Amino acid sequence: MSSTPMLPPRPPIDFDTPVMRFHRSRRKVTNIVVSGLAILATVIVIAPLVAILVYLLYKGASSLNFNFFTKIPAPVGEEGGGMANSIVGSGIILVLASLMGIPIGIAAGVYLSEFGRGKFLANAIRFTADVLNGVPSIVMGIAIYSLIVMRQKHFSAFAGGVALAIMMVPTITRTTEEMLSTVPHAIREAALGLGVPKWRTVLSVSLRTASPGIITGCMLAFARVAGETAPLLFTAFGNQFWSVKLNEPIGALPLQIYVYAISPYDEWHRLAWAGSLVLIVMIMVSVTLVRVFASRGALKGGN
Amino acid sequence: MSRAEDHSTTLDRMTADHNVNSDSSTPPALIVSHFVQEPAPGTPQAPPPEPSEIRRFLSQRGSGAFADNSFAGVILLCACSIFAIVIFIAAILIKSSHLSIAQFGLKFFSTSDWDPVSGQFGALPFIFGTLATSFLALLIAVPLALGVAVFISELCPRPLRAPISFLTELLAAIPSVVYGLWAVFVLVPLMRDQLGPFLVKYFGWTHLFEGANFGVGLLTAGIILAIMILPIISSITRDIMLSVPNHQREAVLALGATRWEMIRTGVLRNARIGIVGAVILGLGRALGETMAVTMVIGNHAEIAHSLFAPGNTLASVIANEFSEATGDLYLSSLIEIGLALFLVTIIVNAIARLLVWAVTRGAPARVS
Amino acid sequence: MGVGIQVQDLNAWYGSTHTLQDINLHIPANHATALIGPSGCGKSTFVRCLNRMHETNPIARATGVVKMGELDIYKDASPVEIRRRIGMVFQRPNPFPTMSIYDNVASGLKLNGFRNRRIIDETVERSLKQAALWEEVKDDLKKKSGASLSGGQQQRMCIARALAVDPEVLLMDEPASALDPVSTSKIEDLIFQLKSQYTIVIVTHNMQQAARVAENTGFFLNGKMVEFDSTHKIFTNPRDKRTEDYITGRFG
Repeated sequence: MSSTPMLPPRPPIDFDTPVMRFHRSRRKVTNIVVSGLAILATVIVIAPLVAILVYLLYKGASSLNFNFFTKIPAPVGEEGGGMANSIVGSGIILVLASLMGIPIGIAAGVYLSEFGRGKFLANAIRFTADVLNGVPSIVMGIAIYSLIVMRQKHFSAFAGGVALAIMMVPTITRTTEEMLSTVPHAIREAALGLGVPKWRTVLSVSLRTASPGIITGCMLAFARVAGETAPLLFTAFGNQFWSVKLNEPIGALPLQIYVYAISPYDEWHRLAWAGSLVLIVMIMVSVTLVRVFASRGALKGGN
Repeated sequence: MSRAEDHSTTLDRMTADHNVNSDSSTPPALIVSHFVQEPAPGTPQAPPPEPSEIRRFLSQRGSGAFADNSFAGVILLCACSIFAIVIFIAAILIKSSHLSIAQFGLKFFSTSDWDPVSGQFGALPFIFGTLATSFLALLIAVPLALGVAVFISELCPRPLRAPISFLTELLAAIPSVVYGLWAVFVLVPLMRDQLGPFLVKYFGWTHLFEGANFGVGLLTAGIILAIMILPIISSITRDIMLSVPNHQREAVLALGATRWEMIRTGVLRNARIGIVGAVILGLGRALGETMAVTMVIGNHAEIAHSLFAPGNTLASVIANEFSEATGDLYLSSLIEIGLALFLVTIIVNAIARLLVWAVTRGAPARVS
Repeated sequence: MGVGIQVQDLNAWYGSTHTLQDINLHIPANHATALIGPSGCGKSTFVRCLNRMHETNPIARATGVVKMGELDIYKDASPVEIRRRIGMVFQRPNPFPTMSIYDNVASGLKLNGFRNRRIIDETVERSLKQAALWEEVKDDLKKKSGASLSGGQQQRMCIARALAVDPEVLLMDEPASALDPVSTSKIEDLIFQLKSQYTIVIVTHNMQQAARVAENTGFFLNGKMVEFDSTHKIFTNPRDKRTEDYITGRFG
């Protein structure tokens, strides 16, 4: 075809020299060693989890009885007693926190996704939410202490609720935003094109389409604060007796576990294990439910 | 087919195409009509099917501008409340700690006397304790977390991937106080009776493991912290590794690389900034972790050089002493420690988020 | 009954890009008007300006006068009111994934606060019949999700949804571009039926489609309207050289 002389053919590379063989086996060994290390690391990480769960099940289940759910704590030295007041107290604090935290969190997420796209303010809020997410819970506790408890001159369930609510907000905001951003823009346009006002589009179309994911986010935030102890130490404070008043110190499961765990009495240790088991089962059931729910409730057939 | 066809031929072909495609009784496909400027008066027009109730209703609905504006206002208010919360926490902490700030100034962070009785407060031992435990925790957790992330994202057989990531996320869902409880009754005895003596025997020459070993102390706190920050580091690292596009992996594999070489050059190198971000996020968590640490660190305000020695962190000293703090200066000093913790974690988290963002921003663009 | 639309000196921008320049035209009532042109020529932007969907994008902006009958849509009414009277069908079918077929079609009424169940029922049936979808879906109206239909069915459902609010004008932004030939011909038949009752503006990059359904055709190029005339004239004897080039496939 062409008149240019062809280059001389390149000699084939010899892959079978001793050096090459050595390199190849070294690479193979490295590969195996590193894979082995990764598997080992996974085992080491899974091990404490299994250890904690097994130990907890063993200790907790053997200490758990009916009284635990019906009785209030017994005085030192007496057998029996339960954490009924703490379970109820935790419930009250968490309901309070959810009532305050979830609407604000969702609304902020809606702003970030539906109103603030590309605005500087939205980026700043998103960043602040991420940073707030990392603020230690004990700092939240002393801030609320300084704000509410010091003013009121007494600990209260309400203060505990506020502290937990603040901790829920950033998580919920970010999940809401992320879930809303998975809603195809075309769907919003469809609603707007029908003359539906923006607020109605956001509520009935965007939020409704994203609701499985948003519910997941709320449940995860809920599960996360359900086990929080530090922010309650100086706000809800704990209570050995029945109290359901928002204006008084109130018992909470994690607080009671803490108090019992660092006490010197075996009977109380027993109750601490039982309490931990109850707490963890509650949290894990909600997290697992959420997983199932989320994987099933994802957008069906959306673009 | 020639491009320079006669127009009318083109049009005929179009019409023909249509008749072939359409299987229904379409009206004549080609409209040979005049240019219509106004509806021709003579054209017969079908009456509208409904004497429109709907049209009347919709035209009476207002513009909804008021509802829209109020909705946007409320939403904006809620969004800004996140700023308000952060500013507010900072303000209230500064206000409540002014007594201590005024009394000790910057010396607060450089002196190591913590004596409530004589009114001397210096936070250095707690800063040391926090740094020591967090550093230990990272030392233990980072290699393990990387291993887990590599395993889950690159090596793990598909059916195992979901359960293992689920398990590691379950670790993150266990409350701090339960880790503490487990540490008090399992880890502490283990440290005292098995791990401690082992370390003294084989690593005693480092002088890091000296003095009495009660099982509680910096090392125990570091270990429990490591267990607690593992899930966060490994899950973020895993996400970042999974976000490395597959063609990067394929490109390296196509050159004949082994799997590890692919992970090293194709994945880790692309993900390194994000991994650093994940580690710093883990550090942020470790710095502020309170309950589990409080339960196993031994609570002693001293700078020790042995890892067996009891200590105290910024967070644990607040948890321990806050409710017993008598005197305004004492309380104010503790709140100042809280303020320091707040500022440090904000800075650490901001750095980490910026790093993680820098990596994930290039990821698939969102529909908007 | 539809109304005509009068456009005067319409200009539109996306950010700093001037996507529409000095558009003037009259869209007659109760006829189909096609807009053709190569991708990115501004024809989609143009229809989005007609029902003020253009401004839902925060960086977009438009100036000029658009009159629907006597109503200046940029001055005399809010976007929401305009969009109730000027319906729109989008390029890709966009059903509400969480709603049933029935709810999808009724959404324009329900989300706007219309409560009369009897009329909603009637309207859903009428619209689905108008969109030639009734026979295919009447058995599982409330059981099936709108997103479970095929692409062509989804698009017809979206047309039914737009018709359910009884608009005076129907804008269609390449309604068949994402569909197969059979669905496309069904949509075209539909447009043919509907244009006696509604003013229809259809954007298409498919010239045959324009020739088949529209009385008038406008040719857009680089944000300008090059020519607007009866479809027959545009396709057989265009005045402008650029139109001729486009029609005969010499570019684009």
